[in-house]
Amino acid sequence: MTTESIIFILLAAFVAVFSVLSVTTKRIIRAATYLLFVLFGTAGLYFLLGYTFLGAVQIMVYAGGIVVLYIFAIMLTGKSKDAQQKPIALGKRFAALMAALIGAGLLMFVVISHHFVSTSLSAEVTNESAAPISQIGSSLLSAGEGGNLLPFEAVSVLLLACIIGGLIIARKR
Amino acid sequence: MNITIDYFLILSAFMLGAGMYGFFTRRNTLAILISIELILNAADLNFAAFNRLCQTGIEGYLFTLFSIAISAAETAIAIAVMINIYRMLKNNFVDELDTLKW
Repeated sequence: MTTESIIFILLAAFVAVFSVLSVTTKRIIRAATYLLFVLFGTAGLYFLLGYTFLGAVQIMVYAGGIVVLYIFAIMLTGKSKDAQQKPIALGKRFAALMAALIGAGLLMFVVISHHFVSTSLSAEVTNESAAPISQIGSSLLSAGEGGNLLPFEAVSVLLLACIIGGLIIARKR
Repeated sequence: MNITIDYFLILSAFMLGAGMYGFFTRRNTLAILISIELILNAADLNFAAFNRLCQTGIEGYLFTLFSIAISAAETAIAIAVMINIYRMLKNNFVDELDTLKW
C-alpha cells in the first residue's frame, strides 16, 4: 500500500460520496455545494496524476467560476419552491435508478474485462515532469506538428460568442 | 495495491451513473445542469487518466483543458437562458414549463 494508493482511495471515496449526495439532496443550494466538493476532489486526482496546471485550472474555472455562477443563479431564481415541489413518482425514480445503475455497471464491466495496459500510480507518475507548463504553452500556440493553435483559437472565439450570447439572452427588455 | 487506469475508469463510471440518475430525477433546471456538470467532469477525468497512465504525450491533457473551457461557456449560456425563463415565467421546473409563446 503506497502513499499514492492511499491518497487515491481517499479522494475516490470523497468524490463518489459527494457525487451521490449532490444528486440526491433535496435542497438545490446543497447540491451546488456538493458539486463544488466533487470538483475539488477531481482537482486532487489531477494533482495526483502529476497534472498540476490542469488541477489549478479545474479549481479556478470550475470551483471559482462555474460554481459561483450556479450559486448566483440559484439565489436569483430563489423563491425556492423546492419544499412544496411534489415528489417524483416512485416508479419513475426506480426506473431512473435502474437506468443509471445498469448503465454504469455495464460500463464498469466493459472496463474491467478489457484489461487496459497501463502503468500504475507511483511516485514517478505523481511528479509533475510529464507535462511541463512550457510544453503546454508552446503546444497551444504552435501551428506546426503537434500544435494546437486552431482549437485554442476556436475556443477563444467560442468564449467571445458565449459572452455576447449571455449578454443578449439575459439583458433587460 | 496498484492503482491502474481501471480504478480511475470505474470512479468516472460511477460519477457518470450519479449524473445520469440526477438528470433523470431532477425537475429544477439548475439541478439538471448540475447533473450534466457531473457527467462532463467524469469525461474529463477519463481523458486525463488515459493520457497519463496509458501513453505519452499531452493530447488528452489539452483535450481536458478545452473541455473545461467549453463546459464553462455552456454553463454560462445555459444559466443565462434559465434566468431569462425564470424572469418571464416565474418558474424553473421543467414539468411546469409548457408555455413557449403567449
